[in-house]
Amino acid sequence: MNAIQVEGLTKRYGATLAVDGLDFAVAPGTTLGLLGGNGAGKTTTIAMLLGLLIPTAGSIRVLGHDMARERFAALARMNFSSPYVSLPARLTVAENLRVYAHLYGVPRAERRITELAAELDLTGLLARPAGQLSAGQKTRVALAKALINRPEVLLLDEPTASLDPDTGDWVRSWLERYRADSGCTILLASHNMAEVERLCSQVLMLKQGRIVDRGSPAELLGRYGREDMEEVFLDIARNRRSATATHAEAGS
Amino acid sequence: MKGPARRIWGLLYRHLALYRRSWPRLLELAYWPVLQMCIWGFTARFIAGRIADAPGGSAHAAALAAAALLGGVLLWEVALRSQMGFAISFMEEIWSRNLGHVFVSPLRPWELVAALLGMSVIRMLAGVLPAIGVAYLLYAFNLFMLGPVVVLFFANLMLMGWAVALAVVSLILRHGAGAEALAWSVLFGLTPFAAVFYPVSVLPGALQAIAFVVPASHVFEGMRAALLTGMIRWDQLGLAFGLNLIWIVGASLLFAQQFRAARRRGALLSMGE
Repeated sequence: MNAIQVEGLTKRYGATLAVDGLDFAVAPGTTLGLLGGNGAGKTTTIAMLLGLLIPTAGSIRVLGHDMARERFAALARMNFSSPYVSLPARLTVAENLRVYAHLYGVPRAERRITELAAELDLTGLLARPAGQLSAGQKTRVALAKALINRPEVLLLDEPTASLDPDTGDWVRSWLERYRADSGCTILLASHNMAEVERLCSQVLMLKQGRIVDRGSPAELLGRYGREDMEEVFLDIARNRRSATATHAEAGS
Repeated sequence: MKGPARRIWGLLYRHLALYRRSWPRLLELAYWPVLQMCIWGFTARFIAGRIADAPGGSAHAAALAAAALLGGVLLWEVALRSQMGFAISFMEEIWSRNLGHVFVSPLRPWELVAALLGMSVIRMLAGVLPAIGVAYLLYAFNLFMLGPVVVLFFANLMLMGWAVALAVVSLILRHGAGAEALAWSVLFGLTPFAAVFYPVSVLPGALQAIAFVVPASHVFEGMRAALLTGMIRWDQLGLAFGLNLIWIVGASLLFAQQFRAARRRGALLSMGE
């Protein structure tokens, strides 16, 4: 059974088609990257996967649960992090984590908080108000919140946005290690091509709400005849055809 | 603690932790009710003095007039603080841009409402109890002299405050943080129809019809009856409970509809940004 199974997922806002008939699946323990420019439909897709947004059409199953009918059963086994959603700034890091430990029904919450704080280098920050932290520290706290319930599916919306290269690299290394150790399934939306290339086993290239290409980073690089994912991204953004497609057309 | 109780406690803890660290926030809860009590207390004392000194006036009539005024101020604060306690606790999630996290947790919408009701009770008590103390210490007015029925008055006014708050939160879900001013203003707008300081009979006919469907008007008619005659007007209390039931059901349906509409529009993720 796939950890995430999406069929015909569509979201329409009036005349605007934000997401247009997406079909994809994510195998357990793998990382899928959603790649696309602004307005490609990445955040809309994540919001529908989380049940924050009701799709216009299509179905979503997460860990076998139909998100239209059983979203709370799935949500207890998932979590989410985004730099565009904050934690209450006046609460300390420990208080914030305690709130989410209660909301997710985490057993032995204090032990879990101590454990996460040690893993994410937050021990010295537990008594600090969340609003007084640097961007890098906030990202680590957001990750701790996202991992509080030991999620089987983790949705990350631009997890390293606005981080300096060193902190961004630390977060990527940590995520790589975490997925390998926990077997967690990760869906990652990002603008950072190096991040996608490093973390994702499969990538969906989105444009105007549609999947325009998909494959592993290596497959995509080969298909477009490029050295890195940034060039692949630009090829797709600027409507340049993949080497395979061009070759196939020439042959026919 | 497990399941729903733990999730409700989680959200309550989030708000209590905020107040534990911020004494100005705690002080603010009691500030307006105490200030209102001071202003209206002196006003009542002044009016009572005039009544007592007037030809044919009696000290008893003056005391009753003052008690009706002070009782009205205190009980109306119950409705106001209950409504604001609920709506502002919801606004706190928008101001801290935390709604997205809350709504992707396993917290059910009814559990969110239960937590907001809990915060409403705590905030109302933190505001109204000091005002009751001030009324007793400064003006020798004891709200509980009305007897155990005062609990039913409290309950009705809290129910009405919650119904209005649910409607306000629904409008915030519909129109975003731009509608937040409603959290402070809506119930004030109902004051003329709530018959807090005067009987419904002094209102013009058309306004009496509006007052009839406002649960608080029946509570205040009941309060004045208890003060003036010592009788408990069960008919008024029954009407207040009946109307509150209708208001709560109506507001709950509106909330459920707007919550679903917000999920359809994607407003839960973008709200507060």
